[in-house]
Amino acid sequence: MEKTFHIPTVAEMAAKGERPDLLFWVGCAGSFDERAQRITKSVCKILQHVGVKYAVLGTEENCTGDPAKRAGNEFLFQMQALMNIEVLNGYEITKIVTACPHCFNTIKNEYPNLGGNFEVIHHTQLIQSLITEGKLKPADGNEFRGKRITYHDPCYLGRANEVYEAPRQVLEVLDADLVELKRCRSNGLCCGAGGAQMFKEPEPGKKEVNVERMEDVIESQATIVAAACPFCMTMLRDGVKAKDKEKQIEILDIAEITVRANNM
Amino acid sequence: MMGQIIFFCLFTLAVVIFARNARRIYKNIKLGKAVDRSDRPIERLKLMLLVAFGQKKMFKKPIPALLHLFVYVGFCIINIEMLEIIIDGLFGTHRVFYSLGTFYSGLIYTFEWLAFAVLFSCIIFLVRRSALRIYRFGGRELKNWPRTDANLILIAEILLMTAFLFMNAADLKLQQLDHPVYHHAGAFPVSQFLLPLLPESAPALVALERFCWWFHIIGVLAFLNYLPVSKHLHIILAFPNTYFSKLEPKGKFDNMPTVTHEVKAMLDPSLPPPTNEVGRFGVKDVQDLTWKNLLDAYACTECGRCTAACPANITGKLLSPRKIMMDTRDRLAEVGQNIAKNGRFQEDNKSLIDSYIMREEIWACTTCNACVEACPVNIDPLEIILGLRQYAVMEESQAPTSINAMFGNLENNGAPWKYAQADRANWINQ
Repeated sequence: MEKTFHIPTVAEMAAKGERPDLLFWVGCAGSFDERAQRITKSVCKILQHVGVKYAVLGTEENCTGDPAKRAGNEFLFQMQALMNIEVLNGYEITKIVTACPHCFNTIKNEYPNLGGNFEVIHHTQLIQSLITEGKLKPADGNEFRGKRITYHDPCYLGRANEVYEAPRQVLEVLDADLVELKRCRSNGLCCGAGGAQMFKEPEPGKKEVNVERMEDVIESQATIVAAACPFCMTMLRDGVKAKDKEKQIEILDIAEITVRANNM
Repeated sequence: MMGQIIFFCLFTLAVVIFARNARRIYKNIKLGKAVDRSDRPIERLKLMLLVAFGQKKMFKKPIPALLHLFVYVGFCIINIEMLEIIIDGLFGTHRVFYSLGTFYSGLIYTFEWLAFAVLFSCIIFLVRRSALRIYRFGGRELKNWPRTDANLILIAEILLMTAFLFMNAADLKLQQLDHPVYHHAGAFPVSQFLLPLLPESAPALVALERFCWWFHIIGVLAFLNYLPVSKHLHIILAFPNTYFSKLEPKGKFDNMPTVTHEVKAMLDPSLPPPTNEVGRFGVKDVQDLTWKNLLDAYACTECGRCTAACPANITGKLLSPRKIMMDTRDRLAEVGQNIAKNGRFQEDNKSLIDSYIMREEIWACTTCNACVEACPVNIDPLEIILGLRQYAVMEESQAPTSINAMFGNLENNGAPWKYAQADRANWINQ
C-alpha cells in the first residue's frame, strides 16, 4: 500500500511540545503481520480523514503482555505492563484506541491496578461514534450495498467486554444484506487463536477451531466476513483456505470496510 | 404414638447427618485462598435474583429451561407441603392445615399440578439423557458414577411425585367414603384420575395412604442426605455461587500482587526486595485455588453447557470445562477426607494437576470465556485453567516448546514473534 499521508509518532509530537488527543495503540499483530498492517493503515486513514489529533508509539510500543498472561507467565506480563505504563504515563496519554481486542482488554482491565489508568476504546467503537456524530458516512453507491455480510465476534471484544453493538452498527449503515452467524454475540464461537493458541500447535483433536467456525460462515452464505481482531483475521483466512473458499468468501476488518465504504 | 416417635427419630437423624455433611463441605470450601467478594451487595443480590432465582441464563435453551423451571418451581412450592407433613408427623395430626378451608384447597390444587409438571419433566429428562444423543450428555467424564447419579436423582423425583399423587388419591377416596380421620379438604385435579386404580376397602386405602405418606417423607429425608454426595447440591449452592460471582468484565484476570512487588523491585533497584514469604505461584492443588473456585466446584450440576460451548472440546480436544469442575470437586473431597482422617493434610503424592487434570487439557484452552458465559450458575472454569497454567509455567517452567519460544521473543523483542523491536514501526513507511 503506497503511503499517501504522514503517520505521526508520539515522540515526534513531544519534540514539538505537543501531545496527541488520542493514542493509536497498534499492537504486535498490527505492527508486524502483513495482513494486519493493512488494518492498521485503515485505522490511520480514518483518524486522518476525520481530523483527530492522534499519534502512534512506533518503536516505543511493546506487547501488552496478553499472550504471556494467558499462557501463565504473570512475571513476563507484569514486566511488559509496567514498561508500557511507564511510557504511556511519561507521555501523559489519557485516551487510547486500538484495533486489537486483546490489547484493548489488557489495557482496559489489567493495567489500572498496575498504575495505568487510560480511557480505552476499540476501533469499532470509535468508528461507530464517528458515524453517530456524522463525521463518517458511507457513500451512497458504496461497494457493500446489497452484499451478504456477516460479523464474527472476537471473544475479547464480545464476551470478555460485552461490546456487541458497536461493530454491528458500523455495518448497519452500509445498506448491506447483514446476516448473523449461528453462534453469535455472547454465544459466539472462538476463532481458535486466544489464550496464546496463536503461538503454538493445537492439541490433538478431530478438527481445527477455525475450520469449525468457517462452517458457520459457509452456512450463513455470507460473501464477506467482517472481523474486528487481527488474530481472528489470521484464523478466519486460514479457515477460508482450508475450506477452499478463497474465491467466494472475503475476510475484511471493520476498519477496512469503513475505509472502502467512505471512499477514503 | 409409635409413629410419632419413629418420625421424630428419623427426622432428627436426617437433620443431624445433613448438618454434619454441610459443615464438612463448608470446611472444605474454606480450604481455599482468600478472595474478597463482599463488595457491592445490592448488585450481587440483583444478580442472584436474576441468575439463580430467575434462572435467566437457563433460557438460552428454552425447552430444557421450561422443563427445569417446572421441576424447580415444583420443588420450591411443594416444600410448603413438607411443613404440613412435618407437623402431622410430629403431632400425629392429619392434614393440619385443612382448617384454612378454601385457601388450603387452593394450595393442594396447585401442588397437584406442580407434582404433575415435575413428574412430566423428569420423565422427559430421563428420556433425553438416555435415548437422545445430546452432545452435553456425552463425554468421557460423564460415565459411571456421574451418569448413575443423574439417573438416580431423576428416578427419585419421579418416585416421590408418584407417591405424593397416590397419597392424595387415597385420601380423596377415603374422604368420599366419609372415613373419620380424613377431613373433607383439598382439591385433587390430577390424582382424581388415579381413583380407578385404587382398592375399594377402607383399610386397604388407609394402608396405601400411610405407605405413600411414609415413603414420601422418608424419601425426602433420604434425598436431603443424598445431596452432599451428589451433583444435585446445586439446588442450594446456586444461590451463594451467583451472589459471589465475579462482577468485573469476564476478560479481566486478576494481577498477582506478589509478582507486582518482585517486578517493581527488578525494574527499580532502589526499591527494597519483597521480604514476606512468597507462596506458591499458580495452582498445583485445590488448596491453591480461591474459596470461590471451590464453591464453584460444589455448585456444578454437570449439565455440560460449558463443555458444549467449548471450542476445544467440540473440535475433539481433551479439554472439557465440566471435567475441570468435577476434578476439582473430587480432589477437594479427597483432600477433605485426608484432613479429617489425619488432623491436617498428609502428603498423598497426588495433586489436582497431573493426578486429575492433564497438561494436554489446560493447554487446549483458548480462554474464550464461552464456558463461563454458558454456565447457568456463573461457574468460572477458566480461572482454574489459568491458575494451573501459572503453576506449570512459573513454578515448573513446563510450557509447550512453542510457548517458551513466544516468551523468549516477548522478553527480547517486545513482541511474540521473532522480529526486532527496532523494526516495529517499519509499517509506517511501507
